Amino acid sequence: MSNFDVIVVGGGHAGVEAAAASARRGARTALLSFDPAKIGFMSCNPAIGGLGKGHLVREVDAFDGLMAKATDAAGIHYRMLNRSKGNAVQGPRVQADRKLYAAAIQRMIADQHNLHVVAGEAVALSFDQKDRLNGLYLAAGERLHARAIVLATGTFLGAKMFRGEERLTGGRVNEAAATRLAQQLDARLPMARLKTGTPPRLDGRTIDWAKLDQQISDKDQWTMSPISTGRPLPQLFCAITRTNARTHDIIRQSLHRSPLFGGDIAGVGPRYCPSIEDKIHRFGDRDGHQIFLEPEGLDDPLIYPNGISTSLPVDVQHDMIRSITGLENAVIAMPGYAVEYDHIDPRALDATLEIRNIPGVFCAGQINGTTGYEEAAGQGLIAGLNAAAYAGNMASVILDRASSYLGVMIDDLVLQGVTEPYRMLTARAEFRLRLRADNAETRLGGIAEEAGALGPQRRARYANRKQALAEIANRLDVQIRGKDVGHGNATDVRTGAEWLRTTDISIDDIAPDLRTRFATELISEAVEDARYAPYVARQSDEVARLRSNDAIALPQHLEYCSISGLSNEMVERLSTAAPTTLGAAARIRGITPAALTAIMLHAKRLAA
Amino acid sequence: MTDDTIFAVSSGAPPAAIAVLRISGRGARSAALRLAGTLPPKRRAAVRRLRDPDDGRLLDSALVLVFDGPDTATGEDLVELHLHGGRAVVAAVEQALAAMTGLRRAEPGEFTRRALAAGRIDLTEAEGLGDLLSAETEAQRRAAISAVDGGIRRRIQDWSQNLLSVSARIEAELDFSDEDDVASVTVADIQLHISAIATDIRSILDQPPVERLHDGISIVLAGPPNSGKSTLLNAMADRDVAIVSPIAGTTRDRIDVPISRNGIAYRLSDTAGLAESTDDPIEAIGIERARRAIATADIVLWLGDEPAPEGALWIHARSDEPGRDRLPTGRIVALSARTREGLPDLWSLIEGHVPDLLPSLDDIALNQRQRTLLRDAVPALDQALATQDLLLIAEGLRVALALMDRVTGTSDTEAMLDALFGKFCIGK
Repeated sequence: MSNFDVIVVGGGHAGVEAAAASARRGARTALLSFDPAKIGFMSCNPAIGGLGKGHLVREVDAFDGLMAKATDAAGIHYRMLNRSKGNAVQGPRVQADRKLYAAAIQRMIADQHNLHVVAGEAVALSFDQKDRLNGLYLAAGERLHARAIVLATGTFLGAKMFRGEERLTGGRVNEAAATRLAQQLDARLPMARLKTGTPPRLDGRTIDWAKLDQQISDKDQWTMSPISTGRPLPQLFCAITRTNARTHDIIRQSLHRSPLFGGDIAGVGPRYCPSIEDKIHRFGDRDGHQIFLEPEGLDDPLIYPNGISTSLPVDVQHDMIRSITGLENAVIAMPGYAVEYDHIDPRALDATLEIRNIPGVFCAGQINGTTGYEEAAGQGLIAGLNAAAYAGNMASVILDRASSYLGVMIDDLVLQGVTEPYRMLTARAEFRLRLRADNAETRLGGIAEEAGALGPQRRARYANRKQALAEIANRLDVQIRGKDVGHGNATDVRTGAEWLRTTDISIDDIAPDLRTRFATELISEAVEDARYAPYVARQSDEVARLRSNDAIALPQHLEYCSISGLSNEMVERLSTAAPTTLGAAARIRGITPAALTAIMLHAKRLAA
Repeated sequence: MTDDTIFAVSSGAPPAAIAVLRISGRGARSAALRLAGTLPPKRRAAVRRLRDPDDGRLLDSALVLVFDGPDTATGEDLVELHLHGGRAVVAAVEQALAAMTGLRRAEPGEFTRRALAAGRIDLTEAEGLGDLLSAETEAQRRAAISAVDGGIRRRIQDWSQNLLSVSARIEAELDFSDEDDVASVTVADIQLHISAIATDIRSILDQPPVERLHDGISIVLAGPPNSGKSTLLNAMADRDVAIVSPIAGTTRDRIDVPISRNGIAYRLSDTAGLAESTDDPIEAIGIERARRAIATADIVLWLGDEPAPEGALWIHARSDEPGRDRLPTGRIVALSARTREGLPDLWSLIEGHVPDLLPSLDDIALNQRQRTLLRDAVPALDQALATQDLLLIAEGLRVALALMDRVTGTSDTEAMLDALFGKFCIGK
């Protein structure tokens, strides 16, 4: 069996979503993995979701993706972040058992119709005589045929590990074989270098838990995927401790031994996830930094100390850990390290995540300069849907910034590129008032259904929800007198939705009957919609402007250097990102309204 | 960047003692070289004989100055030729340049546009430069130079930076609330900052618009037919602009006269007399226009004997005529346009209103575009002040910041993240 519509290279979080999405769309899909037993493996901290990230997980789930369902199958600690703030910025976050998570993913992959797991290693893309992609070569010499390929290879490109004075070449065992693919990409694509790091893993049996504050799993039984029926696993607690003056002294005295400060690491690290040595160097006035001690699994003693990623030498890591309350006798099971790796400049991609220069090849995940499982999964979904579309001549799936965090992320990547590992933040989404984790299905269900990405169960659910939400909205449109809701007088008449904007009025004052007829989550989605409606309406001009500018296509291969009135910097940015619409050009950083006018006039002249 | 190299005389229209011709673009040096044979070192003036490259004909002996991009006004290579300012000399040099491939005459404002595109100046400075070049009065010049100097940009940057910093604190709270390294914010504290900025923006918006400096303060002369409006207009303008006759209804349409007095621009308007009734359809239209002029005027001078419309300056006109030598009650000045008696008094009354009508030159003055954008920013900030929901405060700030970015023509969401990560030790 060597003939496929789509081959997905890599079985990480991007790869599995890409493969499953492609198969859901009906494409005959291969998931090529170096080691199929590692498919769905969580390589960094054992948690899924978080602020901004939780939105991505729910959006992938709205397309019937895998991540949220696997999270619930493996969830051992649930925490809704920002619970006290508006729904739009609440972030579901779940600690997952590492082994059970991978098992859940592998089960879903095995059950997915049209999807075949192939063990092997990709060494080169294969092209026909007209230089059109027709498949890829495996290390064993075999060739797999496919019309489209998704590269979700993570950090395999030029990865190098740093720990104190130690240097390890990371990535694959058979480095020589991997190089040909890397060379093919290198020759056609701009590359850059980034770094990331991990903390030392601790043996939980050597931690003095009694000394530490504990954080228990949320009591209310919310789930990552709204279609999960509950939490099958027992819930564990996390604990919190802090670094202290002594920890900081130990680190400060050894800064010269850190590759970060010795100048050995050239790649840029994420600002929002600095190493502990970075924190102490840059924010020297702080007397301590928080550490979350997160369990890696139900039957696994390993503990992930979130907050102290480091590339200091092993002996310093040991001293540093032992200086911390509760960790006085803790044993390091695996020391932390920093990784530096190559990634492609994502501005070489279209909004479908297809490489402009190599039609049929799509890229997703860390290879595009992002960090995080959720960001990877989101890109995997979009790349998989579009690779299937490419192979089967179906419509592309392109999400805009007003529709989703997925749209925000891909728009940011392909237009702005990255200067640090890209992580989702709610602050990146200008339309976040309408982009809530709890309305992902409502926002994206229609698009997902149209793309054929939904299974039958999900399709039925979407139809029911839509119907129910419409009924609730109608009910909230009914006019109610103020005195009937215990507010003001008889002449103050407003709709139920309007009354909900008053602080002390709840759905029970307006329409208590809804509670008996509809699920709580549907009612709370409708209530939230009503509360923010005026602000969302105010943004609608902005959304309309966004969508109308995105409707103005720019010709491909526009020669920006021949447009008068653009600075060198603008020409460089526009040429690199090759925006396909006037709206996309407008969003590129540093492009002024005057420059846009010049671009539009030039494009019109070409069209004339 | 464009391939075109542009040139234009950037001093006044010839003839003049000297005409400065500027060439900007990547072909500027080679074009100058073809005219001058050799070029002086950059930023050093030297005299060169300019010859027509086609036939070697001597065009002029000129001072040549070369500036290398990107550190020039336009961000491109720039050459200045200081020519003898005769029309024929300038025309000959321009012709020789236009004949070279890749060179063309600059469109109006193109040098400024290139400076803007190259990021050498921002939008407010470009607007200021446009105003400066067309400034005719001292007040216009002072307002324009303040804009060119970046006064508006600095003020708005100040607001933007303050708002960005508040924004960063909120976003830290929204995106990193699970980390103890983020000091939690109180809504009251945040709103204190926002309210200070909103107040400052309001005080700038309360300033009269800068357009009055250019368009002039509008003074409308109004009154019944034959009350002496046209005579007064001529006296104030110090020339015969309007036809004066004893026949009522001589002025049938509005006449506008721009004048400058003590460094301040005015636009005087003579209007059709407000006759009680008229059979003349043209006069009727004129009367309608007069009413509209009165409604939009900055200052109305009322010359009738019947009470003045509200807010108008009631003038006792024709004070030299028999029986009109005493100032009746309600009138503020007696005036004879013929003898000019009372005219200085009238002007000092008008000038008394000027401070309220013109932007103060000690502060920045905004044009209409800038005012509209900033005026929209105020309700966005008010929204941020009217809620306890951090999410809605953040939304108000986002809208306000986007509008400010549009005033200066720069825009960067990343700026907020820079502020965020620069300030807080964030990350697990």
